[in-house]
Amino acid sequence: MKNISKKAIAPIGRRQFLKSSGGAALFIGVSGLLPNLISCTDAKGMEGQFAKHDVTAWVRITEDGQITIYNPAAEMGQGSMTSLPVIFAEEMDADWSKVDVEFSPQESDIYGSPGWQPGTKLMFTVGSRTTNSYYTVMRNAGAQARYVLLHSAAKHWEVPLEELTTGASEIMHENSGKKISYGALVPYLTMPETLPDFNDGGLKDPKDFKLIGSLIPRTEIPQKVDGSAQFAIDLRLPDMVYGVLERGALHGAKPTLNNESDILAMDGVLKVVPFNYAIGIVASTLEAALAAKKVLDITWSDAQASGFNSQEIYDVYAQMASAPEKGNTVNEVGDVDQAFRTAAKTYEADFKNDYVYHAQMEPLNAVVQVAADGQSAEVWVGSQQGPDTKLGIPDLLGIPHEAVNVHLQYLGGGFGRRSMNDFVLECGRLAQQMAPKPLKLLWTREDDVRYGAYRPLTLQRLKVSADAQGNLSGFSHCVVGDGGNLVASGARNDHYTIPNQWVEWREASHGVRLKHWRSVGHGPNKFAIEAMLDEVAHDQGTDPVALRSKLMADSPRALATLNKVAEISNWDTPSPEGRAKGVAFVEHGSLGTGVCEISVNRNTGKISVHHFWIALDAGVVVQPDNVKAQMEGGIVMGLSSVLKEQITIVDGQVQQRNYDSYALLRMQEVPDSIETIILPSAEHPEGVGETATPMVAGAIANAFLKLTGKRLRHLPFTPDRVLEVLIG
Amino acid sequence: MATYSLNINETLYEVDVAQGTSLLWVLREHLGLTGTKYSCGIAQCGSCTIHLDGNPVRACVLQVDNVANGQKIKTIEGLSENGDHPLQKAWVEAQAPQCGYCQSGQIMQAAALLEKNPNPSREEIKSHMNGVLCRCGTYLRILEAIEMAKEQTNTTS
Ligand code: FES
Ligand code: FES
Repeated sequence: MKNISKKAIAPIGRRQFLKSSGGAALFIGVSGLLPNLISCTDAKGMEGQFAKHDVTAWVRITEDGQITIYNPAAEMGQGSMTSLPVIFAEEMDADWSKVDVEFSPQESDIYGSPGWQPGTKLMFTVGSRTTNSYYTVMRNAGAQARYVLLHSAAKHWEVPLEELTTGASEIMHENSGKKISYGALVPYLTMPETLPDFNDGGLKDPKDFKLIGSLIPRTEIPQKVDGSAQFAIDLRLPDMVYGVLERGALHGAKPTLNNESDILAMDGVLKVVPFNYAIGIVASTLEAALAAKKVLDITWSDAQASGFNSQEIYDVYAQMASAPEKGNTVNEVGDVDQAFRTAAKTYEADFKNDYVYHAQMEPLNAVVQVAADGQSAEVWVGSQQGPDTKLGIPDLLGIPHEAVNVHLQYLGGGFGRRSMNDFVLECGRLAQQMAPKPLKLLWTREDDVRYGAYRPLTLQRLKVSADAQGNLSGFSHCVVGDGGNLVASGARNDHYTIPNQWVEWREASHGVRLKHWRSVGHGPNKFAIEAMLDEVAHDQGTDPVALRSKLMADSPRALATLNKVAEISNWDTPSPEGRAKGVAFVEHGSLGTGVCEISVNRNTGKISVHHFWIALDAGVVVQPDNVKAQMEGGIVMGLSSVLKEQITIVDGQVQQRNYDSYALLRMQEVPDSIETIILPSAEHPEGVGETATPMVAGAIANAFLKLTGKRLRHLPFTPDRVLEVLIG
Repeated sequence: MATYSLNINETLYEVDVAQGTSLLWVLREHLGLTGTKYSCGIAQCGSCTIHLDGNPVRACVLQVDNVANGQKIKTIEGLSENGDHPLQKAWVEAQAPQCGYCQSGQIMQAAALLEKNPNPSREEIKSHMNGVLCRCGTYLRILEAIEMAKEQTNTTS
């Protein structure tokens, strides 16, 4: 994991990073180097250390007892700004009231958590991996920080380290009655020769946790209620200019600009920059850039998506699902063909889902400043980071990785869209032309909708076989659509014991931009699976909870969530007249079962969801209230997508433009309550950000089946579609 | 270009901008009052909600020309001295924000309600707040916060 270029990073990123006024920073060495303690007042010494070693600072302590912990993950509302520092502070035994939190530099070799491949590191806030992947990293680093403090106190007092205890930023020596605060210890800090790896032993027993699992307000919330929280879109720099792009409604179409000289003659317009899929404009003010964007006269070429009609493609997909050749295997257990040959009864149904759009409230934007000589760049961005923590800017500018400094800002929503860095590269290209002026690039909402990268449209053919006793013997799931793992994730059943299972993906391609969208394939796939199970239960006259309970016999943790949610939702008590309950189970790292209660207006076709109950097993929960917030938000986003959201494409052209044509769920449509019960666990933490959203479609479809005897099989369940199903 | 003087948060600001410029760009890009957010630009999301003479309005669809005649503009920055408006305190108490981007608009919209109707019902709150979108889905906590603030204001006054 040696990386030569890393050493040269120091002069840029780190100097600002520790623009400290005093105290000591504790650097935990990587690559086998010894840890280091550096006085923050000794700027020269600090730089010397940076130049010499690969070091990582997780924490800075000052003599007044103030502690700064560095957060390596993006903050997009999921609470990483609190949860990761809490884990560190727990093992360090820090007084939480004295802790400040800042973003760490964007250097994955140093601040990354274990990546997908063994031995790799990543700074990538995706897939609900933050707490899950940083849990051991932060615990070990926090315990090492505590060890350094203990070591220093032992030296200072000349007593054996083993006789010392810690609590709330204090070290105690019981035999002598001595006490010293972490802050007061700063002048006496010394470095032990070696630091233990506490993952091999010596971490706290979870039952002794004081911070983890308690109610700790999120650190960044005060800034989010007084308007001071800074998102990249809020950045203003001296001499800053503005960039916008006009992209087509047809993804990938090439533009020919017919009125360049008129545009250049407009007030405030500084430059026109052609891209192969857009026309860029740079102007001295945002309003001038937007005014010019409005009057661009562009002729667009055809592209792969020309002629594509999203709502007509389902017939083609259905034929593809019927073709005799199998697709790519996603999962295979037992022999599903044999199960169908010997079945007493079989079931088959097609489920469909339209494209959906991220609709994060902060439209995409970035600020980039390229140096006059083009040899370095500063980037301010709300990004979910990525395998390249410099977001592609070094390659774009042809400069070394270490010459680019990324200042991570709060994200006004991510949901997967901000793990794609197209907007950062666009900003870089425009900024390069304007160097050394900083340039702010803004996507309007229309840009964000039309040139979005959607959750793919799919058709899913499910087949189930039951034996003579009614036990499920085979389960086959064929996903047809564009996007590989984007459509295949979540199609496996790891917690239902069905002896023969088969999951395959049949590939389509339309040239429409696609991306991970909160919970990815789990949304459509869990819908299909959970709705299919209830269709079988309905036919068999079995209770849907009882059916799942039998299938979960080998998965006690999943079963516990099912039993718990049945209890809190009073599953066995019938709903009031005109209402019904439905259940759905989801595994996405954490395990959760949800129950909703709905009613349907049979005149308008509008579904109302009155309550949602969730039982969740997420292993150790660092921030219980925040996990509940994630469940609430996940359900609301699920409701929005399941009941309303739809991107449609006609002759390759995206039909929606803004929130008037792409409706999101509003306050008057929220359930009366969303109740989450977290099951206690000492297991490793699992992600929670994407577990709730995929419950929604299945739970609603199942409640609808109970209420009306009819089947909802096409997302979203818009009033028109609901009426059609009710009449049909 | 023209010069406009704006009364914002009880301070007089002068700006030189093109006629017809949206108040939102004036606030954010020219005056640095970035607590007010852009999200749709067509009065559909409420992220840009401010008070104009005490009424909640969408800054994105107001032109600077029409608000430079002495009208009182209030933004999130002017709602309270130290972020301690009863609603802001309740928002923290309820841990309402997630990404936070919509929250200035939510709070400004709610503040206008409580000024006119200190004791709104849950249905009144929902209908008053319906124009402000939150993609993170924090609606239930926003409701909780408004109900908390309303009780607090009613017991202290
Ligand atoms: S930005 Fe003004 S209402 Fe959306
Ligand atoms: S908190 Fe993220 S949009 Fe409302």
